[in-house]
Amino acid sequence: MKTQTKIKVESLDFYYGQTQALFNVSMEIAEKQVTALIGPSGCGKSTFLRMFNRMNDIIDGTWHTGRVLIENMDIYNNGIDVVALRKKVGMVFQKSNPFPKSIYDNVVYGPKIHGVRGKAELDEIVERSLRDAALWEEVKDRLDLNAMQLSGGQQQRLCIARALAVEPDILLMDEPASALDPKSTARVENLIGELRRNYTIVIVTHNMQQAARVSDFTGFFYEGRLVEFDATEVIFTKPKNRQTEDYITGRFG
Amino acid sequence: MKSKTKSRAARNKAWELLAAGLIRAVSYSIVVVIGYIVLDIVVKGLPAVNWDFISTFPRKSGSEGGILPAIVGTAYLVAGAIVVAMPLGMASAVYLSEYASQGRFTRIIRLAIITLAGVPSIVFGLFGLGLFVIFFGFGASILSGSLTLAFMILPTIIVSSEEALRAVPQSLREGSLALGATRWQTIYRNVLPYALPGMFTGSILGVGRAAGETAPILFTVAAFYLPRLPSSVFDQVMALPYHLYVLATQLPEAEKVLPLQYGTALVLLLLVLIFNLAAIVLRNHFRKKVQW
Ligand SMILES: Nc1ncnc2c1ncn2[C@@H]1O[C@H](COP(=O)(O)OP(=O)(O)OP(=O)(O)O)[C@@H](O)[C@H]1O
Ligand SMILES: [Mg+2]
Repeated sequence: MKTQTKIKVESLDFYYGQTQALFNVSMEIAEKQVTALIGPSGCGKSTFLRMFNRMNDIIDGTWHTGRVLIENMDIYNNGIDVVALRKKVGMVFQKSNPFPKSIYDNVVYGPKIHGVRGKAELDEIVERSLRDAALWEEVKDRLDLNAMQLSGGQQQRLCIARALAVEPDILLMDEPASALDPKSTARVENLIGELRRNYTIVIVTHNMQQAARVSDFTGFFYEGRLVEFDATEVIFTKPKNRQTEDYITGRFG
Repeated sequence: MKSKTKSRAARNKAWELLAAGLIRAVSYSIVVVIGYIVLDIVVKGLPAVNWDFISTFPRKSGSEGGILPAIVGTAYLVAGAIVVAMPLGMASAVYLSEYASQGRFTRIIRLAIITLAGVPSIVFGLFGLGLFVIFFGFGASILSGSLTLAFMILPTIIVSSEEALRAVPQSLREGSLALGATRWQTIYRNVLPYALPGMFTGSILGVGRAAGETAPILFTVAAFYLPRLPSSVFDQVMALPYHLYVLATQLPEAEKVLPLQYGTALVLLLLVLIFNLAAIVLRNHFRKKVQW
């Protein structure tokens, strides 16, 4: 691996109150690469992903041991500015969650919060983000339409555009295509292919082919443990672990 | 076998019809009862209500003349109660459901609030007498009365505001936080706009109650007979519900003032209606801005 490490996880244990959801997970995520997380439902993929932008903080009663470092900074240190962290680490959620505002206001939500005021600048951000999310052509004439009136696939791409608008470094995507039809899924996958030039992407997916198509590295989770983590072609052609093999060949999960 | 399932289907259908019929009968009878009460008040009160009645001062301890000071008094009291209780109640609701961690402490607070909502209004009256009138030395005054009413409607406002906040999907909060918004930015930009209509709706209930209650104002503000308008918040005032009570029970010529009683009741009813309408208009205005 000649790539640089962007995120480093060191023996992470994570708990929802009494129940442990992650067990001794260590992983190094490479910069400007796509890393896919796969595994059966409930194995802790979302939980793991949400560690990187500290979204688990907002759930009462959660705690962890171990460390998560981004660019060698422990993001759970006391001195860490969570707002700055979340600006840097964008997230697209499992269930698309556009705000019940206009398309325009959805995209400028982040930039406005971070102090961008100029109309021209905001307009430019909206166009660039929507273009990057492959949505611009479909909505450029109706930016003041309420986002709830878009189709499911358009909503998900709007959420991606919204995340891109704050110019993050890292993009976390939790099953971004799980609710989409094949065509929209293909668009989102193409999008990921485009975005990987500029972003470090971590994507959770239930779809083996998708993981194989879009990612450079793949981690297989099972019951809260990282069973195997390697280059995607290795995982999908000659996995070292029996469980991994069974899972990707569809013998369970 | 076949006839068995058939008879079960028939039985289910009969139950369905019976249940629907019962529920319909109950709701209709409620409407009928309310309709009768309102109609009774309107029919008997209307003759007494005219411009003079609502724009002049009472004479002879209220057995003659108008009810202007009572209208003004009630309006002041309700307005005062809203001004105090709405910000307090909404802020408490925001704290409880958005900031406080959902542990034992918040459970105890919630329990206290629900208990408070069930406390009889006369107890609030005595509380207001002890705290505002005597301890703080505000005397029997608009200030004391408004504060007492405010405390009485506070639980209603908190509970319904919390409900409205809970109705805003969690995913909107997460989406906002994930973009790097602070908690307050998230609440202010992405939660409150969608919760406010519901919060107002809840406050309507409190307002109606504040206008109609007698017990909380009995010791804290209400004047038996005071034929002039208040000049400061430290003045006593007459109030519609209490004036109604006085007319009905405290005057020797109760029979003679019967039309006045109905007139006062009608005005009180209309006043509550106006408050509610204003609140509904306000709510619709907000709702129009927020389209889901
Ligand atoms: N808020 C929560 N409180 C308590 N337990 C939770 C919470 N969220 C998740 N869990 C538990 O943690 C475990 C891991 O959940 P997680 O959502 O990370 O799984 P996942 O791999 O993303 O599953 P899926 O593929 O279905 O999305 C599950 O057993 C789940 O029940
Ligand atoms: Mg998940």
